[in-house]
Amino acid sequence: MPDTSRNDHSLAGAPIRIEEVRKVYGDNVVLDDVSLDIEAGEFLTLLGASGSGKSTLLNIIAGFIRSDGGRVQVDDRDLTSVPPHKRGLGMVFQHYALFPHMSVAENVGFALKRQKVRKEDVRRRVGEALEMVEMGDLGARRPADLSGGQQQRVALARAIVFRPRVLLMDEPLGALDKMLREQLQLELRRLHREMGITFVFVTHDQDEAITMSDRIALLREGQIVQVGSPSQLYDEPSCRYAAEFIGVSNLFSGSVQGGAFVDTVNARQYRLPDRFDAAGGLLMVRPERLGVTALGAAAPPTSCDVVEGTVIDCVYLGSDRSVHVRTDGGDELVSRTPVPRAPDGIATGARVNAFWEVRDARIFA
Amino acid sequence: MTAAAGTEQYLRRHTGSSGRSRLVRYLRVDSWGALVLPLLLFLLFVFVVPLVVMLQRSFTDPSVGLANYRAIFASSLYVRVLGNTFMISLMVTAVTLLLAYPYAYLMTIARPKWRMFMLGLVLVPFWTSILVRSFALILLLRDTGVLNTTAQDLGVIDGPITLIRTMQGVVFGMVQIALPFAVLPIYATMRTIDRRLLAAAEGMGDRPAGAFWRVFVPLSLPGVAAGGLLTFIQALGYYITPALLGGPKNTMIGELIVQQVSTVLRFGFAAALATMLLVTTMLLLALASKFLNLEKMLMGRS
Amino acid sequence: MTRILTRASLVLLAVLIGIYLLLPILVVVPMSLNNSSFLSFPPKDVSLRWYHNLIDDPTWLQSALSSLEVAALSALLAVVLGTLAALALVRGKLPFRGGITAVLLAPLIVPYVIVGLSAYIMFLRLGLTQTTLGFVLVHTSLAVPYVLINVSSGLVAVDRRLEMAAMNLGASPVQAFFRITLPMILPSVLAGALFAFIISWDEVVVAIFLAGPDLTTLPVKMWSGIRVQIDPTVAAVSSLALVVILLTFGLVGLTRLLQRIISRRATAALTKTGA
Repeated sequence: MPDTSRNDHSLAGAPIRIEEVRKVYGDNVVLDDVSLDIEAGEFLTLLGASGSGKSTLLNIIAGFIRSDGGRVQVDDRDLTSVPPHKRGLGMVFQHYALFPHMSVAENVGFALKRQKVRKEDVRRRVGEALEMVEMGDLGARRPADLSGGQQQRVALARAIVFRPRVLLMDEPLGALDKMLREQLQLELRRLHREMGITFVFVTHDQDEAITMSDRIALLREGQIVQVGSPSQLYDEPSCRYAAEFIGVSNLFSGSVQGGAFVDTVNARQYRLPDRFDAAGGLLMVRPERLGVTALGAAAPPTSCDVVEGTVIDCVYLGSDRSVHVRTDGGDELVSRTPVPRAPDGIATGARVNAFWEVRDARIFA
Repeated sequence: MTAAAGTEQYLRRHTGSSGRSRLVRYLRVDSWGALVLPLLLFLLFVFVVPLVVMLQRSFTDPSVGLANYRAIFASSLYVRVLGNTFMISLMVTAVTLLLAYPYAYLMTIARPKWRMFMLGLVLVPFWTSILVRSFALILLLRDTGVLNTTAQDLGVIDGPITLIRTMQGVVFGMVQIALPFAVLPIYATMRTIDRRLLAAAEGMGDRPAGAFWRVFVPLSLPGVAAGGLLTFIQALGYYITPALLGGPKNTMIGELIVQQVSTVLRFGFAAALATMLLVTTMLLLALASKFLNLEKMLMGRS
Repeated sequence: MTRILTRASLVLLAVLIGIYLLLPILVVVPMSLNNSSFLSFPPKDVSLRWYHNLIDDPTWLQSALSSLEVAALSALLAVVLGTLAALALVRGKLPFRGGITAVLLAPLIVPYVIVGLSAYIMFLRLGLTQTTLGFVLVHTSLAVPYVLINVSSGLVAVDRRLEMAAMNLGASPVQAFFRITLPMILPSVLAGALFAFIISWDEVVVAIFLAGPDLTTLPVKMWSGIRVQIDPTVAAVSSLALVVILLTFGLVGLTRLLQRIISRRATAALTKTGA
């Protein structure tokens, strides 16, 4: 149970250690010996598609699902056999799960009442928590009278009012429209900074994960594919799945032979970056690292590798422009450039060179 | 929504609806499931065991064998009671469906406020004592009752017409009680019929009436079948209304059972009659459940 | 044109059906205010004679009290057993679910004459005829499906995540049930209780089998007042019964309204002083 006597919001978060957690339903392995260390006070996102096991993992941390093997430790305390109501972890549920028969204030005060906190203190702390989510004057309302965004804030206030050292969130923004989502993403980050507690956030939305997290754990079919900061995941994906799940990627298939990557589709050879997987069969370049220049125009710098192709589409995106190119071997590439730096003379049907700095290429399996 | 997976799994596990293949697993009961035991045991002792004892009694009292059942079919009097029961139930079902169908149809096209009112009206018999209603019908229908005296005062008829203690009297009284059992399933079925189908039929050149008969009526038939079967099954076992509104010639099986117990104390014979009624009811129900989801119908309403 | 005619005849038919359903019970009230023992219509003199008769005859009051006791106990027992069973059916893992459900709902289907006869045969041996216990046992079994149906449908509508949320906030599973689930299904439970009470209060067929000089319920007393020769007192009882039903419904509506107002006020007060 968290220390309830202190009233500043800078309580340190607790570290979470997940050790070889396993969950099986029938023949279906939902979590395949997953291990993960979450640092105290960090904002970690469990990212994955439907059925990746991310939500199951969160529910195992919360105690609603019993794992078939492995351990969950919070703050060096083994929680594996502790029932959910004795774990003291805050949680924001999908679709909020606000108690419809209670007012907002009663919802937020629920945990404090269970802890037998004095009435005046309950009132004060409920007020404070509602202030924190900017819902100070709506305590008397019923959940049904609130908008989706307001309900979300109440759910948040309810989860933090008892000052847990860990806050678990199961797709908390899933039901909101885009504008509100982005606003609440920023607010969640602010809340995370102010409270300093550990946030574990589940989402299937890669943009959301990149915007908010200190670190992302990418899950696929019950296994962790890669753990790292958003920029690590984006810039150094460990595999094709990671590369394609987060952001857009241009991929060339081939193999590393001698000192070069041999592109079998386009029958070309590319130079190798400083670090690469010698057994790798894919070379990846992110769209914003890929340049396009008309065939007759100035040649790309010599530090770049080049592949020829035909422009099949140009899309104006406001801040950026994207150019879609089909290589002569049949690969489809995307280049993305800020509008002011976008090259001239490129239209659908134009013959172009697509090029990238050798150091920007990534090679993996 | 994708991340619901974990929660869904939790819910599935705790609602026990996931398919398990092995028998041992199948027979396992969780702590929620165990909560059914008090009621199950209660009904077993208070409801099921007495029925079994009654069943057994029909074969053993006064002597072991089929004597009681033979006695039923040996007497033309008793056979007539069975015939009466069947005929009256059929008539009640027919009249009830004839009234219920247009009533339910009007409910589907009425505005919500009127629809609620019509629903409330048809549920009145649910909430008023069967005795009060039967008593009221007696006051209305008897020779010195409201209908006869009013008609005589107005000079429509010279002497009283016999309305009570007749087959018509019984049907008149029983239809009231049966109406909700027919209206509700018919209405439930009609409500699900896509009205655009009618428009489509008309759009393809059918006259409105033609579209109604060729599209709407066939689609509503499952509801009619359900309502009709429920009405018929219920009617078979009626006791109070036929006893009060029927004459000696319209005796139904329910009355005969009570009579045999209360006046001549032939328990075994009464038990045999009751067993026949029970078996008939169950057979009809089994038949009904072949093409109707009874559990859903019963659990789903209200 | 034909469409309007069809509509008009439909409405006319519905009105006639409405009259058919309502008129009989509406006739009872003026009849009960009749001075004549033949209950002629229209009543020649208005009088409370039959109501006086009702009060003066202690057997009417006695049977009403017996009915009340039986109905209240049956409703209570049916609500407890039915709610538990509904929890099991909706949330539990059960083998033979279909079979069990069929047994639990069987009292809806089996004709009351059969229930009455079988209970009578059984209770004669056990000495339970003409006892409150005997009545309560059978009436509970007849009423329990209504509780089961009501509570199940209420329970299905409750999102299990709410209980998970409560547990996450420190409530034990038992607390979570009593603080979250029970308040949410309370209207269904109360509706089930109301159904159960009325089923028992009105029940006459089984009661005819089980009643006797030692214990008679109101419906049985009314039955004997109609069966052989019409006792005009029954008109008074019937009128009162109608009033009671109307009052019950009014009361249910009123309590729901009050409940809503009170809880609004309470939370308003709580937060006004707090924030």
